[in-house]
Amino acid sequence: MSFIDIIALALQTAIGFQGASYALAAVGLNLHFGYTGLSNFGHVGFLLVGAYGMAISADQGWSIWVGFALAIGASVVLGLLLGIPTLRLRGDYLAIVTIAAAEILRLVANARPSEPLTGGSRGIGGLSAQLGFFRRNIFDEPFRIGDVFVISARDQWLMLWTWGLVLVFCLLIGLLVRSPWGRVLRSIREDEDAARSLGKNVVVFKLQSFVLGGVIGALAGSLIALGDGSVSPIRWVATLTFALYAVVILGGAGTVWGPVVGAVVYWFILDAVEGVLGNLWFDVSDTTVGAVRLVLTGLGLMALMVFRPQGILGSKKEMLASGR
Amino acid sequence: MGVSSRFHSVRTGGKIHHLLRLTALVPALLLSVLVVAGHGSPAGAAPGQEPTEAELGDGGETAEEEEARVCAFTKAQAIEVNEGPLGSSIWGRLCQVVDGAPTFAEGVTISVAAEDGSEVGEATTGPDGVFIVELPGNGIYSVTLDVETLPEGMSLTDEDRATLSSVRVRLGDQQVAFRLGDDGRGSRSFSDYATVVAKGLRLGLILAVAAVGLSLVYGVTGLTNFAHAELVTVGAIIAYALNAAGVPFWLTVPMAIVAGAAIGWGNDLVVWRPLRKRRLALLSMMVVSIGLSLALRNFFQIVFGPEGRRYTASSGQLERSYGPFRLTPNDVKVIAISIVVLVLVTLLLRRTRLGTAIRAVADNPDLAESSGIAVNRIVAVVWALCGGLAALGGILYGLTLNVKFDMGFLLLLSMFAAVVLGGLGSAPGAMLGAITIGIVQETSGLFVDTAYKFVVALLVLILVLLIRPQGILGQRERFG
Repeated sequence: MSFIDIIALALQTAIGFQGASYALAAVGLNLHFGYTGLSNFGHVGFLLVGAYGMAISADQGWSIWVGFALAIGASVVLGLLLGIPTLRLRGDYLAIVTIAAAEILRLVANARPSEPLTGGSRGIGGLSAQLGFFRRNIFDEPFRIGDVFVISARDQWLMLWTWGLVLVFCLLIGLLVRSPWGRVLRSIREDEDAARSLGKNVVVFKLQSFVLGGVIGALAGSLIALGDGSVSPIRWVATLTFALYAVVILGGAGTVWGPVVGAVVYWFILDAVEGVLGNLWFDVSDTTVGAVRLVLTGLGLMALMVFRPQGILGSKKEMLASGR
Repeated sequence: MGVSSRFHSVRTGGKIHHLLRLTALVPALLLSVLVVAGHGSPAGAAPGQEPTEAELGDGGETAEEEEARVCAFTKAQAIEVNEGPLGSSIWGRLCQVVDGAPTFAEGVTISVAAEDGSEVGEATTGPDGVFIVELPGNGIYSVTLDVETLPEGMSLTDEDRATLSSVRVRLGDQQVAFRLGDDGRGSRSFSDYATVVAKGLRLGLILAVAAVGLSLVYGVTGLTNFAHAELVTVGAIIAYALNAAGVPFWLTVPMAIVAGAAIGWGNDLVVWRPLRKRRLALLSMMVVSIGLSLALRNFFQIVFGPEGRRYTASSGQLERSYGPFRLTPNDVKVIAISIVVLVLVTLLLRRTRLGTAIRAVADNPDLAESSGIAVNRIVAVVWALCGGLAALGGILYGLTLNVKFDMGFLLLLSMFAAVVLGGLGSAPGAMLGAITIGIVQETSGLFVDTAYKFVVALLVLILVLLIRPQGILGQRERFG
């Protein structure tokens, strides 16, 4: 495989469904972490309920709209359930409880007694056939530039939905953060006590932000389920949350378009690295390639947080002021 | 018993008297599956291909050897059954030794799923217990035995092990094992309850040893360190490496603790002290610790491999009766070592000048600094202490289960639960919390499905935050 091919494939992943779904999930996380300063380390839990909402709807023979409704409903409930006890405590508690809750959800979905509902460790398959998501596809020709850069009609349909939702929520968040509501959120991030002393009920604002970001995460999960055509518990591990953190911080936490830029750049880098590793003169096993990707994600996250906390789009002044 | 060659060589170290095994293992009928994945060459197992294996628990190795002999099933036989050469496939035979003769399980469904969870094949065992699942190609699969389809009177010893994940299908043969037999469902005696509580205590004490450092570091620096998990893992891995190089296991323990302490200290010196100097926000530091954790964990996977491995001292462990408790000698040693270490740590914190200084820094760093305590030095000492204790916790956990690249990460949530339950920053609180979590987690298996064991511990955590967020021994004013 030539260098150009590796770049073309990496670009395909970055702007394709992979990049889009991460961008959507990261838009939600950005509202939590970037705008409100909430350390939600269990974002994958929201994605999980979204994915399972869609899958269970398919499994029960309901429609795709019921699936979205289930996803949104479940994520609102999850957000309230986690937010009410923890948002009045210090940030570390939210971090620990969210990561624990996400893990609980995964283990429950994975457990054998849950099989009638979640399919246990095997998960639920056959979403495409049940929901007919791709039967409504308006594209019928693959889009190609050269021989390598090919986006199938199926992927175009997925990308239309996912990037569409990304656009909708980015615009919504862009409007919200410029509103008085958004200013309160940012003031909570900068100094919670100051916001409280001005008479703002910070817990309510944090809860609203937490639930809205969770719903966006759940929609990303639903779309990932539609894209995969199946759900299984092993996809929703804590590592996914950490990758989303890398995406948010890379793009610029607390900026409207940061998550989008972050997701595209993140997938471009990872896929290019994978392409290079797969084409070395010696053999690298798939497990090793996967591990190398995560080592890079981890080191990148550390380096960004230390040396460029504002990411690609953010302003250094804004991020440094957050004194918690 | 389907076990790899390495597993065998490690396990031949133990010497168990045959009679003893019989008395200890009456209910533990071992039913093993030999899953051999082949693709062309039947050459010997390549290094680093240790199979996913069932927990040893009370298994006696002579029973396993007997099974290996009686239930032996070779690739040549499989090809015969298949009436043709085998491509990429997972195959094997369900076989149980009853009174020295093989009995085969018929009609059991075995399914194979790819790494992304999609099912790639399924097979049902024939009257000879043989199944063959054809696969689309080499790779990593998870193999699931459908427990519902097991013949009357047979069950998995550990239902969590119905799925063996990360089975690598590559060139060469490899074997994995499902361990079946009586799992004690049905009537329970007082001794069963006592044993479960003792095992909970064992887990709780290990958690306490591993988690005290997490709480101490939080106390003196305010950092919630997600990379603490990797300090636990690295201790276990260093001990394993020394052990594999020929150092007697119990000698590797102090060596790994010293190495762990050095790593903890280095961790502070290289990463955290510079960040404190930069006055990085605590939220940002938490994210840095997540990055560090992710990078280290996957680095361990590259270096150590994805398989679980065992110490030589883990082999040949049989349960014995200690009063009403049925524990292995290792369990007793683990409990004793943990108690001694925890008492020593408590004495260190309560009765020495160093301990007083640590508590002073935890209470108020600025005040401690102005009273002449070298805060940075105390923080460094705490990190070393934290690293050493975490390493010991990792070794003890590895001794009861196995050593794996993500073992610390699996313990991390229980450790957090313990530390929060006891009160973040309080060392005695962390110990109390850990023992509670350990016992709750193990005994919950008596009331709910064992698959929900972890869930119970985490639910306790969430409940505590609702009712008493400062924890059992925490200070109230730190909150709000």
